[in-house]
Amino acid sequence: MTDQGLTPPQTVPALSATSLNKTFTVRENGLGKPARYVHAVSDFSFDLPVGSTLGIVGESGCGKSTTARLLMHLVKPDSGQIRLSGEPVSRAKRDLKQFRRKVQMVFQDSSASLNPRLTIEQSITFAPMVHGVSLRAARETAWRLLDRVGLDPARFTGRYPHELSGGQRQRVNIARALALNPRVVIFDEAVSALDKSVEAQVLNLLNELKAEFGLSYIFISHDLNVVRYISDHVLVMYLGQVVEQGPVDQVYATPRHPYTRALLASMPSPDPEQRTMAAPITGDPPSPIDLPPGCRFAPRCAFAESICDTMPYELRHGETRVRCHMADPKLGHSKAEVIQ
Amino acid sequence: MTVSENALSAQPTRSQGYWSNVWRKLLRDRVSVACMIVLAVIILSAIFAPLLTSYDPAIGSVVQRLKPPLTDGYILGTDELGRDMLTRLLYGGRMSLIMGILPVLLALLIGGTLGTVAGFVGGWTNTIIMRATDVVFAFPSILLAVAIAGALGSGLLNALIALTVVLIPPMVRVTESATTQVRSLDFVEAARASGAGGLTIIRVHILGNILAPIVVYATSLLSVAIIMSAGLSFIGLGTKPPTPEWGLMLNTLRSAIYSQPLIAALPGVFIFAVSLSFNLLSDGLRSAMDMS
Amino acid sequence: MNTPLLSAKDLTVQFRTPKGPITAVNGIDLTLERGEVLGIIGESGSGKSVTMRALLRILPEAKTEIAGDLKLDGKDVLSLKGHDLAAYRGGDVSMVFQEPATALDPVFTIGTQISETVRRHRKVSRKDAQARALEMLELVRIPSPASRLGNYPHEMSGGMRQRAMIALALAAGPKLLLADEPTTALDATVQIQVILLLRELQREMGMATIFVTHDVGVAAEISDRIAVMYAGRIVETGTAAEVLKNPKHPYTQGLLSSTVQGAVPGTPIKAIPGMPPDLAQMPPGCAFAPRCPLATSACQAAVPDLRAQGGERRVACVRLEEIA
Repeated sequence: MTDQGLTPPQTVPALSATSLNKTFTVRENGLGKPARYVHAVSDFSFDLPVGSTLGIVGESGCGKSTTARLLMHLVKPDSGQIRLSGEPVSRAKRDLKQFRRKVQMVFQDSSASLNPRLTIEQSITFAPMVHGVSLRAARETAWRLLDRVGLDPARFTGRYPHELSGGQRQRVNIARALALNPRVVIFDEAVSALDKSVEAQVLNLLNELKAEFGLSYIFISHDLNVVRYISDHVLVMYLGQVVEQGPVDQVYATPRHPYTRALLASMPSPDPEQRTMAAPITGDPPSPIDLPPGCRFAPRCAFAESICDTMPYELRHGETRVRCHMADPKLGHSKAEVIQ
Repeated sequence: MTVSENALSAQPTRSQGYWSNVWRKLLRDRVSVACMIVLAVIILSAIFAPLLTSYDPAIGSVVQRLKPPLTDGYILGTDELGRDMLTRLLYGGRMSLIMGILPVLLALLIGGTLGTVAGFVGGWTNTIIMRATDVVFAFPSILLAVAIAGALGSGLLNALIALTVVLIPPMVRVTESATTQVRSLDFVEAARASGAGGLTIIRVHILGNILAPIVVYATSLLSVAIIMSAGLSFIGLGTKPPTPEWGLMLNTLRSAIYSQPLIAALPGVFIFAVSLSFNLLSDGLRSAMDMS
Repeated sequence: MNTPLLSAKDLTVQFRTPKGPITAVNGIDLTLERGEVLGIIGESGSGKSVTMRALLRILPEAKTEIAGDLKLDGKDVLSLKGHDLAAYRGGDVSMVFQEPATALDPVFTIGTQISETVRRHRKVSRKDAQARALEMLELVRIPSPASRLGNYPHEMSGGMRQRAMIALALAAGPKLLLADEPTTALDATVQIQVILLLRELQREMGMATIFVTHDVGVAAEISDRIAVMYAGRIVETGTAAEVLKNPKHPYTQGLLSSTVQGAVPGTPIKAIPGMPPDLAQMPPGCAFAPRCPLATSACQAAVPDLRAQGGERRVACVRLEEIA
């Protein structure tokens, strides 16, 4: 695994991770039954260039949300390193507090991510005040940001979350995340629960804010269309691993990993006269408990052969990287030309 | 159903805080209002007892024993020592209410703190606190109270300690489960992600959200505590004569149960009224605090 | 001319709330032929789910008022009571819900739930009902169906559960299947499998289907006809191709242009401004007028009727001629 990213080495990425691993232990019962392991995130590496958006797509159980929590230091990785603007982040209290000023997160559930007992203003001023900003200054920030995300401060500051619609609440959550003036914002399925017309408004807002505040985004979603629209780079996850990553137009136009292809082919066709005729893969994504040692997609892959019983490495393919034995003809997979 | 939800959250022109909302809802519930009136009347008359009656609760007249209500200026009659019943009931309310309310407040403070810590910190801290609680919980509460008060010896302070110890475990459990629930919500995660420390998160984000269930539960405990404290006095482990106290009065009036059943039952009526009112009020609070 | 399987005329659903009645479905007309698939597209609060629940008569009676005329195969649905109503629900009409995890009973096995449903609607022996349950699981292509019969819902994955839910809904051989966002909670690779399965089963068994979704792509995959709902009313209806390829109502146009599918990265999406109206305080006239770029004072004068535009097409917009 190299820790050189997809960007030229002279620019320092806003956020990067090297070989992150996280395994959770599930104990079925306390009576000596062997513990089982959930491989939430394995060998996870990426670079987030300054000013860009990295999309992370995958299905349930692929480790998207754990990734977000690892990056936020809300859960501790078993191994691996996270760097903010090239500087490694330690878990020392001071370091973490500084890190959390710079990296913020917006959650999927707009309602659960706001304290129901606090007014909108109190919710937004909370974080700045934790970092020693005066109430007056924090209030000014709250008003300015509410106005910026399209909510009239005079009408909304005194309200409680339950009095707002889902779209309005998500705007508040965005304002709250921006209150610390972060460099990186992580969106964990942040628009998934919104109605389509509201989703479009929020996506437009996110793009405006990114340019205006010079932000970099990590955008986690199960919606391939949304990720294609908002991201510069995309990272496809399957059972805790990155199976393919690269510039969004390349990955979407010429997906190389069989899973990426299946995922893209699973998108419903918007044209009623050109319907999807066959499902690209069958079955559900398996649970990430007690995984076999080889390629994790092999049990569902149409091209699986004996070599797939060993774990493939991430292989460079121009600007994209693919974790598949077929990506390198030298590895001996008989259908290697399939993904060329 | 999303439609009805949308409509119900029709936006008011001015936002009201959670507690003022609860208060308004409570006032709309007739049963709760009735309970609050009953409790207010009993509590206020206990506090202002000297202004409401001219008799001395401890001094009686032997010739006036066990007079039925409405005789010779004794509105509720007299007890077995010829003391005015109304006066005894009003003064007795002081001790009964204090012995009912104080243990609950203490349990709220101690149990609430333990429960919040257990729920928020989790892990081993949680295991130790909760297992210790379970040990106390394993005994029937009234028996445990009697055992503790009996072991410590009779007396007010010991009864208070016994009642508090008995009420702590349920308080810990309720607080712990409420805290665990709130702790897993995204806004607490978001607060952690913005660099807030544990105490700040508890103060700003946890307390406000666990208060509602805890207040409801404490109110229902009040009704239990009133009965338990009266019970301790009844069996001689609480208040000592001649101090008036409802449970103790029930005991001393036992001898009159056949001659003046009405008078013998009066302290019980008060215990019942207060206990029931607290119980119904806690139900009312529960539905008033249910936002959605 | 044969009568349609389902016909709803001026169907209105009102909820009684402490703050006064709320009209969730506001005088909609629907017809559905045997074996036809109607897709209903709309956002939350558009009344699409309430319409489905009204069709199945499962709205809480104490709190709702359903008015209008609703006939299924000649049967007057709104006057059904007691035993007839029970036979109607799950027998003539059945429903697949969005969340199979909550729609299936967690304390019974899949096999028991299906065979009980069969026995409730058909006079068959326990053994035959069980055979039917197995047949249903095979039909929805659940692997090793015989052993799956003994599974509890929590022992199955999301996709398997939704298949089991479909098996349950189809067990009594309904004439009309209602599907309320049945694929929304599923993963992308599973969603397409379930859509294809439903499409196939619908063709094989020939039942009519109403498929509610907020996802235009999903609607395109399965619907013959599409109705677009907004704030409790149908604003546009027509064949799937007509509505999706050549939307005429400004709301449909806005909805289609605001999907990220066609949007060019780096350029703003053409989003509809504002948000749907509060059903308790509906704007006068056309409910979409406050958000509509083409609205004039005429739009506020009266609720526009659905006007026929040739063939299946009907659109409720007064400015249709000017914008077309």
